[in-house]
Amino acid sequence: MDKTPGQARKQLVDQLESALLSLNKIATRRLFEGAGLTPIEFAEEIFVPALERIGTGWEKGEVALSQVYMSGRICEDLLDEFITAGAEEPRDHPPMAIAVLMDYHMLGKRIVCSVLRASGFDLLDYGQVTVDDLVNKVRDDGIRILLVSTLMLSSALQVRHLRERLDAAGLDVKLVVGGVPFRFDDNLWREVGADATSPTAAGVVGIVKNLIGAMT
Amino acid sequence: MGHQEPDRVPFFLLLTMHGAKELGLGIREYFSRAENVAEGQLRMRDKYRHDCLYAFFYAALEIEAWGGDVVFYDDGPPNSAVPFLKDIDLIQELQPPLIEEAVCLHKVLDAIRIMKEKSGDEVPIIGVVMSPFSLPVMQMGFDKYIELIYERPDLFRRLMTVNSEFCANWANAQLEAGATAICYFDPVSSPTIIPRSTYLTTGFEVAKATLSRIKGPTATHMASGRCLGILDDLALTGTAAVGASVLEELAAVKAACRGKLTVLGNLNGIEMRTWTPEMAAGKVREAIAQAAPGGGFILADIHGEIPWPVSEEVLLAISDAVHTWGRYPIDTRELK
Repeated sequence: MDKTPGQARKQLVDQLESALLSLNKIATRRLFEGAGLTPIEFAEEIFVPALERIGTGWEKGEVALSQVYMSGRICEDLLDEFITAGAEEPRDHPPMAIAVLMDYHMLGKRIVCSVLRASGFDLLDYGQVTVDDLVNKVRDDGIRILLVSTLMLSSALQVRHLRERLDAAGLDVKLVVGGVPFRFDDNLWREVGADATSPTAAGVVGIVKNLIGAMT
Repeated sequence: MGHQEPDRVPFFLLLTMHGAKELGLGIREYFSRAENVAEGQLRMRDKYRHDCLYAFFYAALEIEAWGGDVVFYDDGPPNSAVPFLKDIDLIQELQPPLIEEAVCLHKVLDAIRIMKEKSGDEVPIIGVVMSPFSLPVMQMGFDKYIELIYERPDLFRRLMTVNSEFCANWANAQLEAGATAICYFDPVSSPTIIPRSTYLTTGFEVAKATLSRIKGPTATHMASGRCLGILDDLALTGTAAVGASVLEELAAVKAACRGKLTVLGNLNGIEMRTWTPEMAAGKVREAIAQAAPGGGFILADIHGEIPWPVSEEVLLAISDAVHTWGRYPIDTRELK
């Protein structure tokens, strides 16, 4: 009996999840190329669900952060290759950017970047910035969705100042935060004036989609 | 550490920057002199009536020894700046810094000597090292390091050889100066960061090789990462204790460690900032109920460094709760 489209998609997601968790770039590419989907369709229907499962697995303690990172990177590299080759246009959405505030630990930002790009979103990467730098960049680039990653508690608490400065400058920016401090204090994201947080990178995709939906 | 019940649950307040508050100094100034840190630790031990002196300055101090840069903050721990190992091919030529030439490390040794002179054998003095397997996060950046582990096993092995040499020498220098035990910070070994299958061929082998060269007892700290999935493996590395996280049930960790490893934990240092004294006491009672019976348990925070915003009031409440509820034999009914 032939599989329904839904069953076929689920099988693809299962296979992709398995390939990514074992860091099998060749198997991932074969699934991508043989699916009969456009890159953006594959990103939305196969990459995102697989990365969401991997993210949930990390949150539960079943998957390691290194697997989350390498999975996102494999997907991002593959999608970049096809978008760069002109095979597909990225999504159209309000300007988005990501930054690490104050400290120099880039892994969380890299993971979120990879997952969002693998999902077909385009975003500017500001790297490591201070609050002042970030406000200026957000204003100059017309950013509407800003993702901020922090490792240290003191950096996370600086998000409050960032929020105040953005508001004082009259900038209409949605702030999504993440990183270790937010993982260990459930209320911290509200306390610092953020609009949302997610314990996983793949969870950020859903948040971003909702924010974009509310803006259009 | 003997897996028997002492008179009271031991507790380690792993305070670092708080010593600056005690002395009325800025964080950078505080860490600039051994005398400051020794005095801060001794004052905090008296104030909080806890059970160790902590010779840890900040993690990035080791990066200074390697020639990297450190960034200082007014309200948080000093942190490593841009990773100094920008080109992975440089790993082939990398040599470990010599302890006798790493001037920045000497103040740690001096602080240990002062604490030892003033406290004798009253309480353990805990020295700290970054594991060879976790140090590269600061040396080259976390993302590049993960890629190195998976994609360049040749350079990874070379880096581990160099780092292991430094780590063992640095640990032994602290023990010679008077440290009682060494806290081996190894968060990258946690299943939170790498799968057990990868750990067994990397961090596990590195820990066995390095810990066997350290001439004193060690505790392996996951800096808030999980540990349940690799506890049996950790016991085989030669370490005597493990730091537990809030991400796993403390009772489950204790049960799995019984007779093999002492459990350190598991107060949430990030959340501690928002606790009232009553909440702090409740958290202490909960931890004692879950892990203290039978001994083999030291109450501590999960990160190995209590954050700057945590108040004196909360720290005193933790101390009071341990002294009130932590007498052996533990009656868990009274802790509810």
